[in-house]
Amino acid sequence: MDLNTIWFSLISVLFIGFFFLEGFDFGVGILHPFMSREDRKRRVTMNTIGTFWDGNEVWILTAGGAMFAAFPHWYATLFSGFYLALVLMLVALILRGVSFEFRSKDKHPAWRALWDWSFFAGSFIPALLWGVAVANLIRGVPIDEKMNYVGGFWNLLNPYALLGGLMTLSLFTYHGAIFLNLKTTNDIRDKAHKIALKLWLPAVVLVIAFVIASYLATDMFTPPGAGQIITVLIAAIALLLSGWFLKRNRSGWAFVMTGLTIAFAVVTIFIGLYPRVMVSSLNAAWSLTIYNASSTPYTLKVMSIIAAIFVPIVLIYQAWTYWTFRKRLSEDSHLEY
Amino acid sequence: MDALFLARLQFAATTIYHFFFVPLTLGLSIIVAVMETQYVRTGDETYKRMTKFWGKLFLINFAMGVVTGIVQEFQFGMNWSEYSRFVGDIFGAPLAIEALLAFFLESTFLGVWIFGWDRLSKFQHAAAMWIVAIGSNLSALWILIANSFMQEPVGFVLRNGRAEMTDFFALVLNKHVWVQFPHVFFSALCTAAFFVIGISAWHLLKKSNDQTAWQRSLKTGIIFGVIGIVFVLLGGHTQAQHMVQAQPMKMAAAEALWDSADPADLSLFAIVDEANRRNSFALQIPGLLSLLSYNRFSGEVKGINDVQKEYEAKYGPGNYQPPVGISFWTFRIMVGAGTLMFLILLYLFIAMLRKRPVTKPLYLKALVWAIALPYIANTAGWMFTEIARQPWVVFGVMRIEKAVSTAVSSGEVLFSLIVFCLLYGALMVADVYLLKKYATAGIPAAAHQE
Ligand code: HDD
Ligand code: HEM
Ligand code: HEM
Repeated sequence: MDLNTIWFSLISVLFIGFFFLEGFDFGVGILHPFMSREDRKRRVTMNTIGTFWDGNEVWILTAGGAMFAAFPHWYATLFSGFYLALVLMLVALILRGVSFEFRSKDKHPAWRALWDWSFFAGSFIPALLWGVAVANLIRGVPIDEKMNYVGGFWNLLNPYALLGGLMTLSLFTYHGAIFLNLKTTNDIRDKAHKIALKLWLPAVVLVIAFVIASYLATDMFTPPGAGQIITVLIAAIALLLSGWFLKRNRSGWAFVMTGLTIAFAVVTIFIGLYPRVMVSSLNAAWSLTIYNASSTPYTLKVMSIIAAIFVPIVLIYQAWTYWTFRKRLSEDSHLEY
Repeated sequence: MDALFLARLQFAATTIYHFFFVPLTLGLSIIVAVMETQYVRTGDETYKRMTKFWGKLFLINFAMGVVTGIVQEFQFGMNWSEYSRFVGDIFGAPLAIEALLAFFLESTFLGVWIFGWDRLSKFQHAAAMWIVAIGSNLSALWILIANSFMQEPVGFVLRNGRAEMTDFFALVLNKHVWVQFPHVFFSALCTAAFFVIGISAWHLLKKSNDQTAWQRSLKTGIIFGVIGIVFVLLGGHTQAQHMVQAQPMKMAAAEALWDSADPADLSLFAIVDEANRRNSFALQIPGLLSLLSYNRFSGEVKGINDVQKEYEAKYGPGNYQPPVGISFWTFRIMVGAGTLMFLILLYLFIAMLRKRPVTKPLYLKALVWAIALPYIANTAGWMFTEIARQPWVVFGVMRIEKAVSTAVSSGEVLFSLIVFCLLYGALMVADVYLLKKYATAGIPAAAHQE
């Protein structure tokens, strides 16, 4: 494997981490207003991810930084090209981020409602937009010979991309419901279980629809290689199994399964893209690839050494925090947010 | 209005805003960690209450730093895509390292700290705060490594139409980083110190509960403030000396010095007439600028006109002059605020040594207002650093016009600028409201709030 491929893989790992972790964070945020009308219970939902959300969000910051360092043209084209969509996403992430700290710091019901809905919108919008963005990456967008995106905002909202958005929205919400089921007790737990069961079917339908649409509308599943066929099957089977586990009240396993679905979906997408990072719909030769968009071998080498040392360390301490704070939350727990 | 202007305005506005929160994070994380360490060492509950009180304010501030930081991370790609393409090979590295090394640390362990009061041992809990403090300051270090590359590019060659990294260690060991980082680090410590001093003074004034805690907080603030201000002044001085060498145009602009002079005088005050390239009035102290630049009363400091000629010879025809008036005044505002801070701390420090704590209501009130000083100095300092670097985005290598995104229209930038301004404005209201509420609520209320 050359360094470019290694970095392409590493960025896919960062995206797996991000979608897996922020996936349930977004899900929890989306479900937050619907879990209960009682303030104390809403606080429990929010606090299930209180310890983790910021650490989880750093996965996308690191992915962005890694794209910048390893594939500067990818970083430049993507973020300048999807400009308005990104502005919308940033607004959402900002509202969501402050709502944790702000919500419970004042008793006034209007204040709390304000941050409840910021938390909801700030989770809903990114969950949708990430699917839209990823679908556009796969499908290809108008990129000219200077690597500039020339499609405008509305171009991004094609039916295929919207289907992608709905797919991630449903998948993350489902993933979040299972997480809530895993982290709470009593009636909150039961409610999360009920919701998760209801969300399973829409998630399955949308994922399958998206896979079929990708087969028809993109070159994701065209040879060479059958790698993406295998990974997409694993993702699908895991998703089906998650429902099976849920029915049997094995929410830990169900969570592992949705995690696998997300991980293998990301892997499928990255294999399908390889060696491209952004597909030009105007001319195949204008696509950005891991070679024409990349940094120099020297930079990639330096960054590889640093990543090889620090990525494992990060994984270890983040895992440690999940272990230390594994206890379920109830209304009697000490709640910070 | 063109996209370039709007993009600059947006970058300036969002970054200055981000930097309202960052210095307090950098400094207060250390102060809170020290308080908690005292608690672990002595078992004295007062320290625990202090940790909780200041920790709460720290968290409210931190949340804003985090959310505004996300915007920063993506803005290089959004508004400065040509810049990102041109320098990404070298500039992306410190940003990625910052995220991997620093952001993960601070965000993960802050979560641990917030939720860990009854889950961890006392020792572990204090350690978590230290890790947050180290992580935050590491993040400052790496972002300044990136910024220093823009001020003083090193470790690269121009090849394949872009800047390519040739020496990672040159980038990290850039002389500029090591004059810049201490100045920023200690100015952050000062910011936190004035914050602690001001709020403690308010509670002393109001005779709130738990006077020992306020006395102790005040003392902690004074000690950190004194350490901070001494090194800020020393650091600023070395930074200025370095600047004369590395970016003579910036120094000339800072002093509104049109023609080279030896010995050079320092203008305390001047009316800058940029159109006619002269100062219509200046109040000067003879020789002082040479003294500041070289530690002696002689030595040539280059003027704007000469540097302009020099740069034309070196980089081709063009205007290399930054906005002189802004540079001159932002620099003076920073130094002026710093001088005031120094005097205040000197007074407090002497009073503390003589065991004659400040009690006069007027003085205590003044200390509350003094919280603003480091904020003013920080903002003015960064405006100076960045604006007086113009027209370069990377000094001597890339001009600002070349850096802006070509795929983004001015309408789009205007839209995002308005959106960010409205959102940031609204958040500032909420943030100040909460800070005020929790700062004035005092210790018992903050210790078990619901
Ligand atoms: C509490 C804040 C504070 C205070 C009191 C001072 N500064 Fe400062 N200064 C900063 C906060 C700051 C800063 C915001 O942190 C800057 C912006 C960029 C940087 O590196 O630090 C800065 C930049 C900055 C620069 C620009 C360096 C460059 O562009 O390369 C110089 C020359 C000085 N400072 C010098 C001074 C001097 C001589 C001071 C003496 C009174 C002083 N500063 C007080
Ligand atoms: C937090 C402290 C900082 C503040 C307050 C600040 C402030 C500013 C201001 C006022 C400008 C506008 C200058 C002009 O267009 O005339 C600017 C530009 C810019 N700064 Fe900074 N800056 C800070 C730190 C940084 C850092 C750490 C970096 C890099 C890592 C950076 C990168 C840039 C870039 C790319 C521009 C746009 C191009 C330009 O206008 O020169 N800044 N900044
Ligand atoms: C202009 C370039 C900058 C970028 C790209 C940037 C990026 C970011 C990001 C993404 C975060 C959020 C981290 C999290 O989620 O925990 C953040 C927070 C932070 N940044 Fe910046 N930042 C910039 C300027 C600065 C400067 C100049 C400093 C210090 C000198 C700084 C220091 C910090 C610190 C300490 C935090 C922690 C949270 C807080 O601000 O309270 N940043 N920054």
